[in-house]
Amino acid sequence: MDYIRAFIVGGAICVIGQILMDTTKLTPAHILVIFVTSGVILTALGLYEPIVKLGGAGATVPLPGFGYSLAKGAIKGTQTNGLLGAFTGGIQSTAGGVAAAVIFGYLMAVIFTPKTKS
Amino acid sequence: MAVKKNGAQTVQFDNPPILLASGSVVGPKEGEGPLRDYFDIVLSDDLYGEKSWELAESKMLRESVKKAVEKANLSIENIEYMFSGDLLNQLMSASFAARDLAIPFFGLYGACSTLTESLSLGAMLIDGGYADYIVAATSSHFSSAERQFRFPLEQGTQRAPTSQWTVTGAGAAILGAYGDGPKITHVTTGKVIDFGIKDPNNMGAAMAPAAVDTILTHFQDTGLGPEDYDLIVTGDLASIGKEIAEEMMLDKGYNIAKVYNDCGLMVYDTKTQNTYAGGSGCGCSAVVFCGYIHQEMIKKNLNRILLVSTGALMSPTSSQQGESIPSIAHAVAISND
Repeated sequence: MDYIRAFIVGGAICVIGQILMDTTKLTPAHILVIFVTSGVILTALGLYEPIVKLGGAGATVPLPGFGYSLAKGAIKGTQTNGLLGAFTGGIQSTAGGVAAAVIFGYLMAVIFTPKTKS
Repeated sequence: MAVKKNGAQTVQFDNPPILLASGSVVGPKEGEGPLRDYFDIVLSDDLYGEKSWELAESKMLRESVKKAVEKANLSIENIEYMFSGDLLNQLMSASFAARDLAIPFFGLYGACSTLTESLSLGAMLIDGGYADYIVAATSSHFSSAERQFRFPLEQGTQRAPTSQWTVTGAGAAILGAYGDGPKITHVTTGKVIDFGIKDPNNMGAAMAPAAVDTILTHFQDTGLGPEDYDLIVTGDLASIGKEIAEEMMLDKGYNIAKVYNDCGLMVYDTKTQNTYAGGSGCGCSAVVFCGYIHQEMIKKNLNRILLVSTGALMSPTSSQQGESIPSIAHAVAISND
């Protein structure tokens, strides 16, 4: 049942992205920024937490899930460290993802060269 | 006095320059397209033995010039001027090719209209008596254009259905004051036209009004019409732009549909080759003209043609700043008579 819920929630988020790509002039970079910031805003308003409870990784793995981690970390940081924590908390809670992106991106760039498309 | 000027934007040649020979080099995808048998060199690898696509593009341009010179039974030293350009920053492909060829060089930026821009200027130089032999050449490469104008190749971005596929190819044409071959009779130089289209994924629609403006002006300046041509061919309007151009011409009272085609639709089989609206790029009209059209003119299957290469003159910076796409088209009339 968890799998089905994750599939439906994650799929729904991706459908929204696909609809935006097909019906608007937004570029993938626009959509990336919109998704992350809407994750932050929805979390701050308390609207994303129920989606995470429902969909699990289906809600935390797509881009709004990154915004969710940022917002949650900032809120937690504020509770423990005050105003400074609002700045450090978000980065702390997403440090794993950010570091993995940098390290794997670097490794892939070292190992592979880009290929043409057909 | 400009005695050879004919109407507002057209030049009619007294000593029509002769199209002596042309050379074409294409990538693997173009080599699988419907015109495959017309190209001089078909690459099996679009890196062409170089370490970057930009260098590969430059080599394609260089080799197309060499091929054309060889087919004209001339040597590089006989060529007095090279008119050439491409899509890369600071005309990298053309400049690097001109460095290796050591031909006196005029670098031109007309985006995908570069073939007819270079043919126009080269033809005027020959008719004016300033040179006996010139080469007009241009190139584009899917992978170098993609990262120049769109996204890095590593990024798995979805393509819009209206988007076009940049042709990997280079074409070079030798014009001479003497010899046998089809002659350039008229040149109509286009104005920059902008209908306010901002979508860089729909360049055909942006360029169609420029093509229409130039073709109309050509008809008005010369008194010629669609019935005087076996083929009127635009550079890279592809499926969407071609339809718009046909409709706009009909609105102006010219039915060109019977003789009209677009290089972007000729170079690929858009149904099976996954190229969306069709081909684009400087190389698009270059390889279709230097490959297919020129050979069909030699065989006399085509006798009078109007080549109208079309260029979208936006830069990556203007697109990022939300500006519209200014477009241009230059027409060159070529005849076997």
